[in-house]
Amino acid sequence: MGWRLIRTYTVLVYLFMFLPIAVVVLLSFNANQFGSFPMTGLSTRWFEVLWNNDAIMRAFRTSIVLGLMTAVISTVLGVLASLALVRYAIPGRNLITTLLIAPILVPEVVLAVALLLFLNFLNIGKSFTLLLMGHVIFTLPFVILVVQARLVSIRRDVEEAALSLGASPMQTFFAITLPLLMPAVAAGGLFAFTISFDDITGTLFWKPGGIETVPTQIFSMLRNSISPEINALGTVIIVLTVGLPLMGAAIARKLSTRSGG
Amino acid sequence: MGQRQKRRGALWIMSIEAREARQPWILLAPALTAICLLLIVPLMFIVVYSFWLKSAQGADTPGFFLDNWQEVLTDGFYRDILFNTLKISAITTIACALLGYPAAYFIARSKGNKLILLVLLMLPFWISYIIRTMSWINILGVSGALNSALIWLGIIGEPIQMLYNETTVILGLVHFLLPFMVLNIFVSLDGIDTNLEDAAASLGATRWQGFLQVTLPLSLPGLAAGGLLCFVLAAGTYITPVILGGPRDAMFANLVYEAIIRQLNWPLGSALSLLLLIVLGALVLIYNRYLGMAQLAKGLG
Repeated sequence: MGWRLIRTYTVLVYLFMFLPIAVVVLLSFNANQFGSFPMTGLSTRWFEVLWNNDAIMRAFRTSIVLGLMTAVISTVLGVLASLALVRYAIPGRNLITTLLIAPILVPEVVLAVALLLFLNFLNIGKSFTLLLMGHVIFTLPFVILVVQARLVSIRRDVEEAALSLGASPMQTFFAITLPLLMPAVAAGGLFAFTISFDDITGTLFWKPGGIETVPTQIFSMLRNSISPEINALGTVIIVLTVGLPLMGAAIARKLSTRSGG
Repeated sequence: MGQRQKRRGALWIMSIEAREARQPWILLAPALTAICLLLIVPLMFIVVYSFWLKSAQGADTPGFFLDNWQEVLTDGFYRDILFNTLKISAITTIACALLGYPAAYFIARSKGNKLILLVLLMLPFWISYIIRTMSWINILGVSGALNSALIWLGIIGEPIQMLYNETTVILGLVHFLLPFMVLNIFVSLDGIDTNLEDAAASLGATRWQGFLQVTLPLSLPGLAAGGLLCFVLAAGTYITPVILGGPRDAMFANLVYEAIIRQLNWPLGSALSLLLLIVLGALVLIYNRYLGMAQLAKGLG
């Protein structure tokens, strides 16, 4: 009896989470001229409108380039730092860990203001560079958390075996550690990409006039009213953001089974 | 000769040791430099900046003026919005706990499909925040799903404006933050030995008593971690109130945005963001004092 009640409650919670998203997808295929209810039929016209909207396509390209660069830089910095934290006994480790995950603890608005004002003081105004630096800073902690968790579970012995057989530390890293670490590197990079692609709070502070990312583009289109194109864009993003991590997880699993990890 | 060789050998070992000791710092250097230059120093910089003065034109006046802080701390307008922000965050957190706890309990105690249920609930977390926020316009807007349904059912004749008030802001925040809460509660529920509940039952407790006296207290750390995350994230948002709130539903972060981006009053904006940082930082410190950061890291990982 009690269990059934909890189950019903849980179903309702899931409905609450998914219903709004389902409505976005549903409305994006709406034939109705205003893209609202009542639906008059199914059509893909809003996707065509979307495809021909230059502003949105430009925003898409910006977001993808920004996301990729953020992911690469964050992952490189994160892997190096994680190696140091897990593989070496260093003094003040707790303090360093706290420092490295500090960007999560500081509210993003405050981080955005501080970075904007300080770099402006250094004569680096609102620009793509500022945007990139900002995105690297708040994605870095997530990469470090993911990579560190994986690195702890890779046994030291395999690395020591390689070293004792005459491999240099560099060779050991690239031939042994990195392949074993690959799932976490991929997951961390994907995490960084998604967070960067999705960010709006910091981006609105840092972006120069004229450059829009997908979220800021949607935001500026919302000022007027909700147009059916936005629902179509929402559907595309939902497919991408849900599809990409699932694909990433599949690739990661394949890689880890092949390398025996 | 032998002596010299030994000495050279010792030197060589020392240099290896020195290199070993240097290595972690070389690995850490890029990340630490980035954090220091792009977070720590900028935070210290806005502390200094908050004592400067905005001049009518041209560059802001450096110096040590208390004007911004006086305005931020004594102006009733800022105080009201700060309290309102804390109130909205508190209601959001409580709503997330009430919605999230039973769901997390169900996931943790269900047999077999635990992982699928969890991944399913985390999916919205991957879906764009702005899309999820604006999706409520499709539902509650004048031509949204709910109004259309009510008109079709004949309950109302004219569409009602249900959007753009404090309730919809809270609704949007709950929808955004619920996965964080569920995940944290799940992590701590999943770590509780179910034998404990059975033991309580065998000692004559009803299921409900067993839950209240055994499971609930043991899961409190997860609830607290989820609560802290929800509260801090809610108190720092400014997009949700802009999209789902009315003109009078500004939250504290909106004031920061107004001061920095619209009025270009950077000294005042610095003081406002520092006040937000101090209030939320105090909460994190209190949490850390009693519960420690480990639980939070567990939920994030």
